[in-house]
Amino acid sequence: MMPLLELSGITRIYPAVTANDSIDLTVMPGEIHAVLGENGAGKSTLMKIIYGASSPDMGTIKWQGEALNIRNPAHARALGIGMVFQHFSLFETLTVGENISMAIEGSLSDLRTRIQDASRRFGLDVDVDARVQSLSVGERQRVEILRCLLQEPKLIIMDEPTSVLPPQGIADLFKTLKTLAADGLGILFISHKLEEIRELCDVATVLRGGKVTGHAIPREETDQSLARMMIGRDLPHTERPSSGAEKVDLLSVTNLSLQSDSSFNTALENVFLNVRRGEIIGIAGISGNGQNSLASLLSGETQLPQSLAGSIKLGDENIGHLDPAARRELGLNFIPEERLGRGAVPVHSLTDNSLLTGHGAGLATNGFRNVAAMKQFAQATIQAFDVRCGGPVAEAQSLSGGNLQKFIVGREISLKPDILIVSQPTWGVDVGAAAAIRQNLIDLSRAGTAILVISEELEELFEITDRLHVMFRGRLSQSVKTSDTDVQKVGLAMTGAFDQLSPSSELEGALDV
Amino acid sequence: MSKFRLEQRTQHSTGAAFMVPLVAVFLTLIGGSILFLFYNVSPINGFHALLIEPLSSLYGVGEVLLKMGPLLLIAQGLAIGFRANVWNIGAEGQLIVGAICAAALAIWLDGTTSPFLLPIMVVAGALGGMMWAGIAAWLRTSFNANEILVTFMLSSIALQLLYYLVSGPMRDPQGFNFPQSILFSSAATFDLLIENTRANTSLLIGLVVTFAAWIFMQRSLMGYKLIVGGTAPAAARYAGFSEKKSIWLALLIGGAAAGAAGVGEVAGPLGMLQRNISPGYGFAAIIVAFLGGLHPVGIIFSSALMALLYVGGDFARLSVGLPSAVTHILQGLLLTFYLAGAVLLKYRVRRVRTKQPNILSKAEDTS
Repeated sequence: MMPLLELSGITRIYPAVTANDSIDLTVMPGEIHAVLGENGAGKSTLMKIIYGASSPDMGTIKWQGEALNIRNPAHARALGIGMVFQHFSLFETLTVGENISMAIEGSLSDLRTRIQDASRRFGLDVDVDARVQSLSVGERQRVEILRCLLQEPKLIIMDEPTSVLPPQGIADLFKTLKTLAADGLGILFISHKLEEIRELCDVATVLRGGKVTGHAIPREETDQSLARMMIGRDLPHTERPSSGAEKVDLLSVTNLSLQSDSSFNTALENVFLNVRRGEIIGIAGISGNGQNSLASLLSGETQLPQSLAGSIKLGDENIGHLDPAARRELGLNFIPEERLGRGAVPVHSLTDNSLLTGHGAGLATNGFRNVAAMKQFAQATIQAFDVRCGGPVAEAQSLSGGNLQKFIVGREISLKPDILIVSQPTWGVDVGAAAAIRQNLIDLSRAGTAILVISEELEELFEITDRLHVMFRGRLSQSVKTSDTDVQKVGLAMTGAFDQLSPSSELEGALDV
Repeated sequence: MSKFRLEQRTQHSTGAAFMVPLVAVFLTLIGGSILFLFYNVSPINGFHALLIEPLSSLYGVGEVLLKMGPLLLIAQGLAIGFRANVWNIGAEGQLIVGAICAAALAIWLDGTTSPFLLPIMVVAGALGGMMWAGIAAWLRTSFNANEILVTFMLSSIALQLLYYLVSGPMRDPQGFNFPQSILFSSAATFDLLIENTRANTSLLIGLVVTFAAWIFMQRSLMGYKLIVGGTAPAAARYAGFSEKKSIWLALLIGGAAAGAAGVGEVAGPLGMLQRNISPGYGFAAIIVAFLGGLHPVGIIFSSALMALLYVGGDFARLSVGLPSAVTHILQGLLLTFYLAGAVLLKYRVRRVRTKQPNILSKAEDTS
């Protein structure tokens, strides 16, 4: 059989990095082909080259046996290459049908029957007349896939499609993909989640540092052996001693609500939450369900009016109206999910970035910067948290995502907070650094800090938390002891079925939602 | 479809940062030479008149120092605002209001010999400039009104206010209806810095402010907050640095510096309030601030150069007959070349083998 797509010697050089270094890749019709690698391994660059959004500096692309240049995405689509993006490209104010009709020729009424046929055939259930803004992420993804399929592609590229789905949605997606492959479609599946790849894919090409480091039949491998190919060593292991949590609420959130003032933040409805000394509380949920609103209310980046200041308390003190600097003074620190531009100033050195949150902790005296103390603080943080960089003078933007996150986590931990709120602690961070960060958080909590972790990664939450909440459409479930529940139950709760979580027996304060 | 694209440089060399202003000056010399040829003036004669003649006499040097004073002072204030991403382009108006406030004191207290009069006038001028810039800060922080437009329009208002005052309430009653105030007493004017020139001690204010600006931006916590707010607003919010405070501070500092510069004019070479108190110092200082790399030390050199261009323009008109607009054209060339150089310092032009829309190269990343 003739390969659908054959890449040889694909090289793409960026100013700082060789993103792809003579990559060979062959996809056969009917094959689900995994491209596996850590963040920064070059997966996305390779997919952009195949989809015509970027051009290789060297190498050849053969499509159905014929060598050619893929000029742009429109050209790729004309050839029969479709792509489903990690971040959706749908117009929220239009209906499903209208969105699809923008990409495909023909009248809306003709299209309606085609959409309905296709959605039945592939088990992609969507309402043609629904407005996109009313759809869940899973439904939106189905629309993206349908739109892609209606263009009758021969090859579909899926860039980390599962990162926005709850566990049940993932199972549905995999069923669809297997049906498609059985029809003779080639699928390129990008992911760094090993279980998924072992379950779904026929073959895998592993990338590390822009190079192909291995080929595998995923079903015949273990997570450990795939991880070794991916990161070049064994998966690190996290140690978690039992928690000695005192029964004292350090942070308590009572009946916190927020009106949504734009399409960018989600409203919150009657959120109750408490975090105690020495424990790690997790908030699970698919992103976009109000986590950002909650995090910014807790950090102080969004402030409540004085009258509602008591909705958020630190010990006995009302803090809902305070700005982040005032809250930090009281011992509440926050680590945001965006590192560059929010957690750190990109063009500033690590020394200067120490001052960002350390200005209240002795790095500034009498309104002047204490440069020596700043440098020493940055140096100590780099050493203690194994930040790989060019020293305290290195600009924040010169660090890899994982190392910058290690620095930011290290900075906040070094400031010895009583309570630490962390949003997506290991989002986009490579496996090794992620394990180190999780271990740091556990160690900090066992030393007496109260920690709240907001994360999309269920495995992570099950690995480090003592209690779990689930967030869905601005509502927060009551908490459950992590050891009393499992991924399936939490996954169901992530789609709104809060009653699936077993209630926690030791819980006093939280109310039913 | 383009065969070139701009790529962000990953390594910044300090040497290149110093080269940019020098290259901009060099290119301006070439551009100026071409311009002179159109006027049938040999470039050598033209630039000799423009750059060398002013410095060949004590009087010329004094004139350069005289013009350098306000440029230095205003540019230091503006640079702080620009680094905080607050775009005060109405320093001209703040200068006028500062001059009016100081003049009001000088007129009201005419006849006083107190040595405190001049310092009080400087303070009043600075406060006047702050007030004028403060209007823009208030509108920006309360109604999110764009400070570029507001400060610019306030400049026109300030000018009309000046015209009204010098032809009405502040006009010299014995001045034969000329639109100007009385001549200030000696207690209300700056002493000469160098004998037989017009350069006066107001230049010292500029030098003191330069030092203060350096301390503020390089060493103070507040300066750090301003810079963070200007380069990464989300990081400033995350750190708990108030955006409103930054906007107020940035505009007030710029206004104070411009207002004090206005005092330097009316209490310096002019000695009175009149319709023309500034040949556009407030606008030229924007160029000075950027040409100096928004750095206090760089601004010393750029203000000296810009002052030389001003004075040289006058010399060139007299000795080789170049029109006075030449000064403005050369200022424009200098800024354009500097900004182009600054882009190339951050980005490099790369030739790409295959055709693709330029716009995509920015959206790509390596993940």
